[in-house]
Amino acid sequence: MEYFKAFITGGIICTIAQVLMDRTKLLPARIVVLYVVLGTLLTGLGLYQYVESFGGAGATVPIIGFGFALGEGVMKEVDKEGLIGAFTGGLKATSAGITAAILFGYLAAIIFDSKPKK
Amino acid sequence: MKSSGSEKKKEYDKMVQNTSPKPKLLINCVKAFVVGGAICVLGQIIINVLKYWDFNKDDAAMITSMFLIFLGSLFTGLDLYDSLGEFAGAGSIIPITGFANSIVASAIEFKKEGYVLGVGAKMFTIAGPVIVYGTISSVVVGIIYFFFGG
Repeated sequence: MEYFKAFITGGIICTIAQVLMDRTKLLPARIVVLYVVLGTLLTGLGLYQYVESFGGAGATVPIIGFGFALGEGVMKEVDKEGLIGAFTGGLKATSAGITAAILFGYLAAIIFDSKPKK
Repeated sequence: MKSSGSEKKKEYDKMVQNTSPKPKLLINCVKAFVVGGAICVLGQIIINVLKYWDFNKDDAAMITSMFLIFLGSLFTGLDLYDSLGEFAGAGSIIPITGFANSIVASAIEFKKEGYVLGVGAKMFTIAGPVIVYGTISSVVVGIIYFFFGG
């Protein structure tokens, strides 16, 4: 059941993005940015927590879940550290992901070369 | 002349609208749903394995993101993620693996411009805006939460 919920939740989130891609002139990069901002704000409003508790990885694996991690992180840090937490919480909570992306991205760029486009 | 020009533009827009296939939307959505959903199921499997190994919820989610980013980078390097992207559209862009894909694809593409201004700078062409706007939103949420929440 957990896997089914993850599948449905993740599927719906990707389908909404697909509709935006096909029906509006929004470029994928803008949709991804929109999703992150939306995820952060919905988490700030206390709404995305419901999506996460229902969908599990279906809610956290899509890029909107990156916004969720930012929002959760910043609120936890404000609870602990006060106003300074507003400046440290977001990146603290997502530091592992950002570091992994930079490290693996860099390694992949060293190891692999661009293939000529078919 | 001007009016005929704008008429031509209208005609052209109509032509584009007619030739851009609308029924494709449905099939695109099905593909995005299935592939996006499947990547999330993979994430859930990894989370559950990690929880079974006694990682707490937050660490499990964090390691899962890192592992998916690793997979996204690897499959981009092997030139397989692009094929998936052509098939799945948003289904491959929206999951965190797509975030890794955007970094690796631009890094490899601009490798010829060198390791500093090529790889180092261009790897953030798409990931950069995500981090910029994500961080700013988190500060906004944090400040509002400090004054009005909790």
